[in-house]
Amino acid sequence: MSADRGVVVVGASLAGLRGAEALRRGGYAGPLTLVGDEPYQPYDRPPLSKHVLAGELRPDATALPHLVDLDATWRLGQPAVGLDRAARMLRLADGSALPYEKLLIATGARARSWPVTEKTGPLPSGIHTLRSRDDAAALRAALAAGPKRVLIVGAGLIGCEAASCCRDLGLAVTLADPNPTPLARILGSRIGGVIVSCLDTAGVDFRPGTHVDAFEADAAGRVCRARLKQGAAIETDCVIVALGATRDTGWLAEAGLMADEGGLTCDVACRALDADGQPAPGIYAAGDVARTPNPLHVGRLAAFEHWGNAVAQAGHAARNMLAAEDDQQEYRHLPAFWSSQFGINIKGVGLADGADTVAVMQGSRASRRFLAVYGREGRTIAAISFDQARWLPAYAERIEAGVAFPPILGATDQSIKDFGVPDFPQPRSR
Amino acid sequence: MSHDTLFAEVTDPANRADPYPLYARLRETPVSRQGDGSYVVSTHAAIRGLIFDPRLSSEDLPPSQRPPTGNPFKDWIVNPIKNRVVNAHRPLIFRDPPDHDTLRAIVMEQFTIPRVRGVHREVEGIVEDLIDKLQGRDEICLVEDFSYPLPVMVICRLLGVPEEDEEQFQKWATVLATALEPDSRGDEEARHATATAFDAISDYMRGLIKEKRKNPADDMLSGLANPEPGKPAMGDFDLIASAILLLVAGHETTVNLITNGMLTLIRHPEELDRLRRDPERAPRLIEELLRYEPPVHFRTRKALGDIDIAGTTIPAGAPVILLFAAGNRDPARFADPDRFDPDREDNQHFGFGGGLHYCLGAPLARIETEIALNALVRRFVAPRLLQDPPPYRPGASLRGPEKLGIGLERIA
Amino acid sequence: MTEPHETGARPLRVVVDLNRCQGYAQCCYAAPEQFEMRGHEILFYDPTPPSEKQAEIARAAQACPVRAISFDTGAKA
Repeated sequence: MSADRGVVVVGASLAGLRGAEALRRGGYAGPLTLVGDEPYQPYDRPPLSKHVLAGELRPDATALPHLVDLDATWRLGQPAVGLDRAARMLRLADGSALPYEKLLIATGARARSWPVTEKTGPLPSGIHTLRSRDDAAALRAALAAGPKRVLIVGAGLIGCEAASCCRDLGLAVTLADPNPTPLARILGSRIGGVIVSCLDTAGVDFRPGTHVDAFEADAAGRVCRARLKQGAAIETDCVIVALGATRDTGWLAEAGLMADEGGLTCDVACRALDADGQPAPGIYAAGDVARTPNPLHVGRLAAFEHWGNAVAQAGHAARNMLAAEDDQQEYRHLPAFWSSQFGINIKGVGLADGADTVAVMQGSRASRRFLAVYGREGRTIAAISFDQARWLPAYAERIEAGVAFPPILGATDQSIKDFGVPDFPQPRSR
Repeated sequence: MSHDTLFAEVTDPANRADPYPLYARLRETPVSRQGDGSYVVSTHAAIRGLIFDPRLSSEDLPPSQRPPTGNPFKDWIVNPIKNRVVNAHRPLIFRDPPDHDTLRAIVMEQFTIPRVRGVHREVEGIVEDLIDKLQGRDEICLVEDFSYPLPVMVICRLLGVPEEDEEQFQKWATVLATALEPDSRGDEEARHATATAFDAISDYMRGLIKEKRKNPADDMLSGLANPEPGKPAMGDFDLIASAILLLVAGHETTVNLITNGMLTLIRHPEELDRLRRDPERAPRLIEELLRYEPPVHFRTRKALGDIDIAGTTIPAGAPVILLFAAGNRDPARFADPDRFDPDREDNQHFGFGGGLHYCLGAPLARIETEIALNALVRRFVAPRLLQDPPPYRPGASLRGPEKLGIGLERIA
Repeated sequence: MTEPHETGARPLRVVVDLNRCQGYAQCCYAAPEQFEMRGHEILFYDPTPPSEKQAEIARAAQACPVRAISFDTGAKA
């Protein structure tokens, strides 16, 4: 590798940091630059939607430990705005250009914001998203001011965690989602129904089958009402838009790579693909932004917004960046995530969506402590635990091995009476 | 030699001092069927695969069966009832969820962080006293003089068991611990001894619990015997079983960890010196010790269903021996596994087992061992082994030296 | 758990891999002011403990049966 150009990591994120560390661990001793659009050192996101909102942790408390002495140049608060692959130059917002020999793209994703068009006009104030540290700080300040009613639009993991926090803070909360239950897209409504009972116990006003159409402002320009597609309205003075994320690939628009808001497409070795589907020399990607074929889900490209994937994929990409052309290893990763909400630890492995059956293997939905597995065409593809994580590693191994569904029969604390269709919503039209 | 007799060799006292070469041979077949129909699991990956598998049951003890006494009243009425009670109220290490979870949660409610951390100063005092008593001697037995009395005194104080009763239940504890060893399970005589010891210690505990109800103190037994209203509680039979478990575990495990620790340090004088210079090194040294010379080498379970693992199918009903100490020396998981290396990173050992039966007393064992080893290396001047290897206790699972003779220049 | 703090000394930085965490709670015994179990298996931890807690954090990291705890002393940047 040319000594003076060195490696540039775009994205001072969990993936960016762990990737840079893996490069150093792997013996890379040349110049290393980390570029980040936010002015902060890499920080951890999971606590933002939980303990930062709850006011238990300051927004700046989650800076990630550095596990290796990086000896890197940091270009923070400096978004990348373009990529000239022919010249191997990264262009930054301040007009400067960074030459690179190899590039690791770990720009992640950003919260999907409420669409603003000419017809809607500018958004009222008091409408939040929740992804970055600044988002969390602003939302925390808004919650601390004691809004009369918080409206959360979208009952995915972030929306549910936020609802849980708001109730802990004693705030009135409405949670609106077009699906019949929370977490419908990732777990299906059969399991999502357990969260409905949690919302009920916690006193959250849950509105299934609800489409928010627009927001109205008061005279001061602050949000005061959400209008629903069905015609009704919800009075609110604080809105959290929790509609998922879009991959941060806008800066790659002219780069000639296969990139869109769904991610930057890579091959199995984490190499970014150009418009012809060929690996772009020296360019790798990892973390939320990287859309890769997953050997566990044949024929399917997926980008995971998962903590564990960011760490593992960045390490893998770094390994391949240092390896010879003919030694590019395939990235194999079993998706895994966790969430905590309403006092319950939720952990999942594999990809549940697309499953045709789900069965409760241990515990029961009624007790809110259970482990359930998902099957597709007779194969075990995912498992989810609600406060029952201790068996999860055994199921994870079976999922990786692609064993028949249901796996692990005749076990302790098991009476498989609860099984059926998982009830996933129709795929989102793009 | 065929692999199906290797585990019999493990249990042979002749191999007690160094079972590790046998473990290496067992690992050649990660899940190895033995002649008696049991399956020995010896690689790190296979053990890890099984400790999280809900088809592995801990309810594997043979039913309690008191041998005939010749007294019809005892043989037809009393003993069957006693047998039934014992079978229905096994301690939680022999229970599966959901019962296990309920019992463990109740015990943990008493094994609080402040209570466990609160023993710190007391342990320091006991440790210094025990070493002070050795002043003037140039030869000691570490087991008898130090590593046996220390955890016993600590568990007695924590549970609220009078130390002066120690002499009685020392014998019971040894018998009951022996009953856990697989080779003693089928033995009529051993079962008789177990039943007798169990009845005696049960009577003792029943009396003590009565006393704790009359005069509650700030100890675990008082807490267990007088549950707060509205909180989950256990019945008296489970309470007695739990109390016996905690007492026996307190007698028979930490002693091995401390003794193995000093034995290992004297065998690795450079590590002993480093610990003496840097007491903060103790936590990582103890984790390595738990990998390298664990106090419990294996636990047995039972397969509830057929389990496919590492190319073998363990049939439903088969006894499964999780050979933790072999997994700890697996070269596929640990580089240079037979080297004692406290600087080892990512040391995911099975020294306290794993999964839902992970050693309940682990935090206490860590505190005791850290204080003990730091004090021993500080105060023992020029320690040397009088006999290496030392004589071992009979148990292959709860494995540790029976005696550890140490020669000293002096006590500092 | 201590309130969010600002001390003169640079705090430590801690992160726990909660995919790995199995709720063994060994860290809670080693560093009770920094690690806390909530409910059955939720681990809450202080990601920026004060520097004087370094020995306790190191104990917690060592005691974790699944090695889920990473930390640095905040000295590197």
